[in-house]
Amino acid sequence: MTPSPDIQMRLKSQPKLLSSVRSMLVSLAERIGFGEIESGHVALAVDEALANIIRHGYDQREDESIELSAWVITEPSPGIRIMIEDEAPQVDPEVFKGRDLDDVQPGGLGVHIIREVMDTCHFERRESKGMRVIMEKMLQTSTSNDESTPNGHSIP
Amino acid sequence: MASNQDLPIQLDTITDGVVMRPSGDIDLSKAPSFRTQIAEVFQEKHARVIIDLSEVPYMDSSGVATLVEGMQIASRSGSKFILSGLQERVRSIFEIARLDTVFTITRDLDSAERA
Repeated sequence: MTPSPDIQMRLKSQPKLLSSVRSMLVSLAERIGFGEIESGHVALAVDEALANIIRHGYDQREDESIELSAWVITEPSPGIRIMIEDEAPQVDPEVFKGRDLDDVQPGGLGVHIIREVMDTCHFERRESKGMRVIMEKMLQTSTSNDESTPNGHSIP
Repeated sequence: MASNQDLPIQLDTITDGVVMRPSGDIDLSKAPSFRTQIAEVFQEKHARVIIDLSEVPYMDSSGVATLVEGMQIASRSGSKFILSGLQERVRSIFEIARLDTVFTITRDLDSAERA
């Protein structure tokens, strides 16, 4: 059974709320022990995920709902697990692969950034409606960006 | 529809162009304002457009995308498009997006005016 998240919030799909979410996540990541840059990366990954939902999932509508949950991980090493769920139309999770960076163009960087700054990142369809992304970052980071969740750690 | 927020940008004229000095975070709420103001600058011919990011502590991919658009406009109009004064956190996103070698990036404004 999945333990309750340490932080859970429901927010409207409003771009102006992103800075508040970033501030909260930087504060939480620093309390876990992440340094300034790494804490910023946690906030950046969540910012990119939320921006994707607002821009593409909800087509910039501001009255839709997004739920964010965060767990403080303690074992086998400290870290953070974040889950973001929306109620947007479901899409094939394969679309969240990111694009070829050699082709310099204005958009499509968000997913690449999330995968680059977090240790794991997994997109899936929710059981009822909408999409879900689960991402983790550990203090003793590996450079792996694989899709699996590390085994053996407990979420308090 | 989205209610976008204004991004304060100070504009300064230099010998051969203009310096844009945005201040504050540039994210999804501010990128549209940033895009509009860059497009307005390019309505006049400038040999050099410098974006001084020294007062921008945070930028996400929507801000980066806006700067890629600016670089493309500059390329079409024959202008130099230079980023200067990037804070470490902002510089890291350009490195993550592998755009740090695509843009002309200088440490400070003096270097940008000579680049």
